[in-house]
Parts: sequence; structure tokens; C-alpha cells
Amino acid sequence: MNRRQLLLRAMALGLTPGLEGCNYDDPNHPDLADKFLHAMSAWNDRVQAALFNPHTLAPTFRPDQITMPPRFNAFYDISQAPVVDETSYKLQLGGQIADKTPWSLAQLRALPQEDQITRLVCVEGWRVIGQWGGVPLGQFLHRVGADTTCRYVSFQCADGYYSSIDMASALHPQTLLALSFLGQPLSPAFGAPVRLRIPTKLGFKNPKNLVQLAVTNIYPGGYWEDQGYNWFSGS
Amino acid sequence: MRGREKRRVIHPLVLRITHWLNAFAIVMMIGSGWQIYNASPLFGFTFPITIGQWLGAGIAWHLAMMWLLVGNGLVYLIWTASSGHWRKLVPPGPKAIWRDMKLALTFRLSHETGAYNAVQRLLYCGVLLAGLVVVLSGLAIWKPVQLWPLCNLFGGYFAARYVHFFAMSAIVAFLVVHLTLVALVPKVLPPMITGGRQ
Repeated sequence: MNRRQLLLRAMALGLTPGLEGCNYDDPNHPDLADKFLHAMSAWNDRVQAALFNPHTLAPTFRPDQITMPPRFNAFYDISQAPVVDETSYKLQLGGQIADKTPWSLAQLRALPQEDQITRLVCVEGWRVIGQWGGVPLGQFLHRVGADTTCRYVSFQCADGYYSSIDMASALHPQTLLALSFLGQPLSPAFGAPVRLRIPTKLGFKNPKNLVQLAVTNIYPGGYWEDQGYNWFSGS
Repeated sequence: MRGREKRRVIHPLVLRITHWLNAFAIVMMIGSGWQIYNASPLFGFTFPITIGQWLGAGIAWHLAMMWLLVGNGLVYLIWTASSGHWRKLVPPGPKAIWRDMKLALTFRLSHETGAYNAVQRLLYCGVLLAGLVVVLSGLAIWKPVQLWPLCNLFGGYFAARYVHFFAMSAIVAFLVVHLTLVALVPKVLPPMITGGRQ
């Protein structure tokens, strides 16, 4: 989808409050086909949750297999990537979390870090291999006293993007609150200061430039998910 | 009535139902698959006709219709194995293929109602194999992590996309031949709807 189409879609969404989630083809007229596709997508969410094995690891790769140069991807041009002031940055916590004290970048960097060279598969079909480092999300959730019996972890981004994942995938050992990419601190285009890196899901489930993380039982949806992409989108 | 009952049905009801459900599913899968292909083309072209007006709709159709394709395909395979229908599909030897191919290409191969000649058997076995490959490679693309052994079988995610594409191409090629033959011998069409008697 090009930017013009996206803009038109966003305008259409803005003009039709209350109809979000029904716009596979025409957001103004959710028809029988849309309802059928929503029902099948919900069914596919359940199938994927059942298929998800928390012990199955995404394949890892050698350093020489890393895709160079890295590929930027967002719903806008690279020049419009949000620049977050890292000195005043705080990751906000919300929902069913015992200690909601916001986290500075320095505090996040002081936590135990893990590195991975994994494959990012885009919903469009292409794939890249990259190296990410950061805090395993499961360890972070336990540290802040998150209720891990909740169903969802949701993410809000500095650019207005948002997404959410299931708790089982959030607790997967390869799911990271990533702070580095290719051995360097994240750049704005690749998600600075903090992004989600989850190699068991498609690329659009890896939100960048995180400003808030919340734990909830209320379905949070997502930027693309609300327009019709399958919510679970597991790999 | 008694006379009619003794005559054999050309295409049993299960075969007819699974045939037309499969026809619908395969058209939906190919059309939505072309929409997905267009989002990140493997070659220097895109498909002008697709099902679903954008990628999200294409994927939604593809992942909805896959259940019909696979469920209906399983019903067909179980019926084929248990009813004895598989005997009609046993792959022919090279001699029979050569003989019938020559006849077919010179438009002299006669169509025996209810029996498959060597060319038909070859085509049907081929498209069933392509169907198996397209489903398995599709699963590998859909779940390259959870179904990683399957994905590795196709040489990894990147290669599996090409396998999926070429299996689809084989099915489209079959459809072209299949529909051409029906156009050339139109009397074969009504029995696939009514069952027909011989």
C-alpha cells in the first residue's frame, strides 16, 4: 500500500468512528464477506494460539547472514521516523502491573541483556536477518510484577502506531524489549529508544519507538490489526 | 426406474461435490494468493487480477479459504482411498502415456466416459501432487517457526515461497489444459453436475 492509499484509508477511518475493524475492502460498508473474514480470522487466532509452542525457538543465524544494508519499513518514509529525546525518555507502564514506575533508558540498559540474530518475516512476504539485543520481555514483566495470567500485552509508540500480543508469546524466551540493533543502540528509524523484537511473529507485530507497555485482559487490537491483518500473526 | 438404477453413475455424488467445492476454493486461493504475491513479487511482474482489494483482504481470504481447500481435499482423499476410486488414478506406464499423448496431440484420443486415459491419469496425478506440495509449502510459509522441520524440508522460508509459487503455477497450467479439454469435449461437463448415467 502506498502512502496516498494509506492517507485515504486514514481519512476514511476518521470519518467513520465506530466502524473500525470492518474495513477489509470498504470501511464504510462492512458487508457479509467482511463478517465472514472476521470470524475466520478469530478462528485462526485460536488455531495459532493452540499451535504456539512456548519451547519452540525461532531459528538463529550466523553474523555473516545478516541482511546488509538493513531494510527500513514503516507506514511512512524513513525521514519521518519519530525522534525521541533519550535523556528524558521514560517507558510508561500500565494495566495489570504491580509496580508502574516508569523506566528510563539507563535503567533498562542496566538490566541483564540478551542478543539474538534472527529472521524478521514481513506480512508482505519478504524477510531480513538482523541482530537485536535487549531485555527479555518475560523477565521484565516478572520484575515489574505484571499479572502474567492476563491475556494481552499492549504497546503504544511515539509515532501513533500501536499493537498487542498474547501473553504466551510475550513470555517466550526470544521476545525482547530491544535496545540495540546490529550491535549499536537503536536509531530512530529502527525503533529508538526501545522496540519490541519478537521473532515468533510477523514484522508488524514488532512495534518500534515504544512509549508505553500495558498488561490487560481487554483486547487492545493494533494499527494494522484493526484494518484487517490477522491479530495473532504468529510465525 | 429399475433400468436407470442398473446403469452406473459416471461421477458419484461425493466426487461431484468435492470437485465443485475444490473449484471454488482453488480460484479463491489463487486469486488471493496473487494479491499476496503482489505485495512482494518474486519476479519482475505482478498479477493484474486479484481477490481482495489490498494485502490485508488478500491474506484474510487466503487464510479463510485454506480451511475449505484442505478440509474438502481430505474428504476427497479419504473417499478416493476407501471407495476404490484410486484404481482409476493409478499412474500409467510410459508406453501408455506415449501412446495416448500422441493420440491426444493429434486430436484422435477418444474420451471414454467414466474411465481415465493415460493422459488424464498423468494430469490428475500431477495436479494432486502439486496440490499436496502447494498445501505443505503454504503451511511452511505460514508457520516457519512452529513448523520449522516442514520449512527446512523446503529449504527454508525463502525457498518455500518459490516452491509455493511454482506449485501454484503447475495448478494454473493444469487448469488451462483441463478447461481447454472441457471446451473441446463439452459433453463431459453435464455429468460432473448431474452425475450422468451410462
